[in-house]
Amino acid sequence: MFPLNLILRNAFRHRLRTLLTITGLMIAVLAYGLLQTVVDAWYAGAAASSSTRLVTRSSISLAFFLPVSYSQRIRGVEGVKTVGHSNWFGGIYQEPKNFFPQFAVSDNYLDLYPEFVLPAEERSAWQRDRKGILVGRQLAEQYGFKVGDPLPLKGTIYSGTWEFTVRGIFDGSDASKVTRLAMFHWDYLNESVRKTSPRRADVAGVFIIGIDNIDSAAAIARNVDAQFANSLAETLTESEQAFQLSFVAMSDQIIAAIRAVSYVVIAIIMAVMANTMAMSARERISEYATLKALGFGPWFLALLIAGESLLISLIGGGIGMAITAPAAAAFKQAAGIFPIFAVSEDTMAAQAACALAVALVAAVVPAVRAARVRIVDGLRAIG
Amino acid sequence: MEELPGRKSEKTAATEALVKIRGLAKSYRRGDQVVPVLSDISLDIMPGDFTALMGPSGSGKSTLLNLIAGIDKPDSGELRVAGIDITALGESELADWRAANVGFIFQFYNLMPVLTAFENVELPLMLTGLSRSERRARVELTLDAVGLSDRLQHYPNELSGGQQQRVAIARAIVTDPTLLVADEPTGDLDRVSAADVLAMMQRLNAELGKTIIMVTHDANAAHAARKIIHLDKGEILAQPGDKGEILPEPPS
Ligand SMILES: Nc1ncnc2c1ncn2[C@@H]1O[C@H](COP(=O)(O)OP(=O)(O)O)[C@@H](O)[C@H]1O
Ligand SMILES: [Mg+2]
Repeated sequence: MFPLNLILRNAFRHRLRTLLTITGLMIAVLAYGLLQTVVDAWYAGAAASSSTRLVTRSSISLAFFLPVSYSQRIRGVEGVKTVGHSNWFGGIYQEPKNFFPQFAVSDNYLDLYPEFVLPAEERSAWQRDRKGILVGRQLAEQYGFKVGDPLPLKGTIYSGTWEFTVRGIFDGSDASKVTRLAMFHWDYLNESVRKTSPRRADVAGVFIIGIDNIDSAAAIARNVDAQFANSLAETLTESEQAFQLSFVAMSDQIIAAIRAVSYVVIAIIMAVMANTMAMSARERISEYATLKALGFGPWFLALLIAGESLLISLIGGGIGMAITAPAAAAFKQAAGIFPIFAVSEDTMAAQAACALAVALVAAVVPAVRAARVRIVDGLRAIG
Repeated sequence: MEELPGRKSEKTAATEALVKIRGLAKSYRRGDQVVPVLSDISLDIMPGDFTALMGPSGSGKSTLLNLIAGIDKPDSGELRVAGIDITALGESELADWRAANVGFIFQFYNLMPVLTAFENVELPLMLTGLSRSERRARVELTLDAVGLSDRLQHYPNELSGGQQQRVAIARAIVTDPTLLVADEPTGDLDRVSAADVLAMMQRLNAELGKTIIMVTHDANAAHAARKIIHLDKGEILAQPGDKGEILPEPPS
């Protein structure tokens, strides 16, 4: 097709300029995709959480504990099936950069988390060993933990070095489940604390409530909190999803910053691209005038410029999109902080939309200018 | 068709000017100043004429040519080409009219640098309904006529100035337009190439009966034409009368 041929050749007239623009677009679209994927990964934990679980915590802050005795009273609330509890341990494995979550959990904790699959014999082995610890598959693979291995954790909240032994490795029920965590006996933690600082004993960070009927979740949450209203330690009960999101909300500003950067990247490449297109169109103004003199209409010229802009964006954006998934995989390997780090279809669609927007925005001014140029003025531009 | 009116109209057509200009005026605005460029121009150009528009730089030659070619609009006056009042045409009608009726030859050739000689000549045919093979045949024929049949696949920057201008001439005539307009067609060429291009234009005029209007400030070039119109400060100095009255001297 004739205009396509002309567009193609115009696009590669200044090879270096076009290649640089394509490279810029490629990097911008890639960066945008990765940044969006980081945001997605952040929310992935919340999205993967169960809606048949409620989480009860101190209404003041997550940093405050609740008496573990609350467990009995929560169990008495209608609709509550199971109640477990856990404490955030926050220990360091060898070096501070080896961060992974560790929880001291009640014995029934795993019953509340069917997404963690543990062989029955490993579970009983863990239950027999006071100092036993369970690790998730992702964590085990990262550090090469095997059943029977020692796993010392240096306490930060709870002082001292805690010597655990790996007694089981649990898998996620499907690939989306995050298993980069460890859990050990709350009873063991509590006994130790009772010896060293009795006033900090017999407390839980959060209660996990298993319910049967999702529809009554809101009512159950209200009833639980009503139990402890006007007490010294009031509670806040919400769905696990809401709980996870409140975690994420603490990082709202970081996420907003990441989002903003991803759009800034696109805005910058938009400016670069607009400049390239404007420069090309300005250089060719006498050619456009000549085409007009020959009888080609303003729409044809607009098509030539928009087509060229689209072509460049398509190539740069296309390559950028194509390398986003491999780059994300490499990033996941290297950083290892996001167990779920996959480029979503939404992100790819957004990348395509950005490339398209860049192409169109960059083409508008030069296209309008070329379409409007008076032939005699355009021809005089030569000399 | 009835015989009598048919013959009558044929007769009129033969004596009627191809380009008829009466009281044409054009000025440009520079800031808030209005600069008159052409004032009260009247002239006729007959079919088959080869007319040179001569005059010093800035005398309005190009402006007059652009008005005739329909790429600029006069402020006032009458301008008819082949009976059509082109001042009354809208932008897109005028574009169609140019595509069908005017062949352009420019001082700097104005070829598309990304297109080959063949593709440059094919360009105006893209606006016609011709098929690919019909276009190919016409382009080859035309490039052959300007002596470039061995340069079809060359890009403009692979051709000499004279060759480029011949490609441009091929592009101008490939649609078989009513009128050829040339603005300083030899202005950028050496003497030999200039003579070459002028000879080609003379042939187009003499052998194919093309009506040509050529702007030049070079007396040598003007001598290639059959008539010369002198412009100075936007006015016509000497209007050619009957054929031969102001015939230029043969080129030296
Ligand atoms: N598009 C334009 N805008 C402003 N002034 C113009 C324009 N075109 C021509 N002029 C002016 O009109 C005068 C005649 O120009 P032109 O027709 O190009 O002269 P010539 O071709 O005889 O050298 C000059 O003074 C020129 O500066
Ligand atoms: Mg001029």
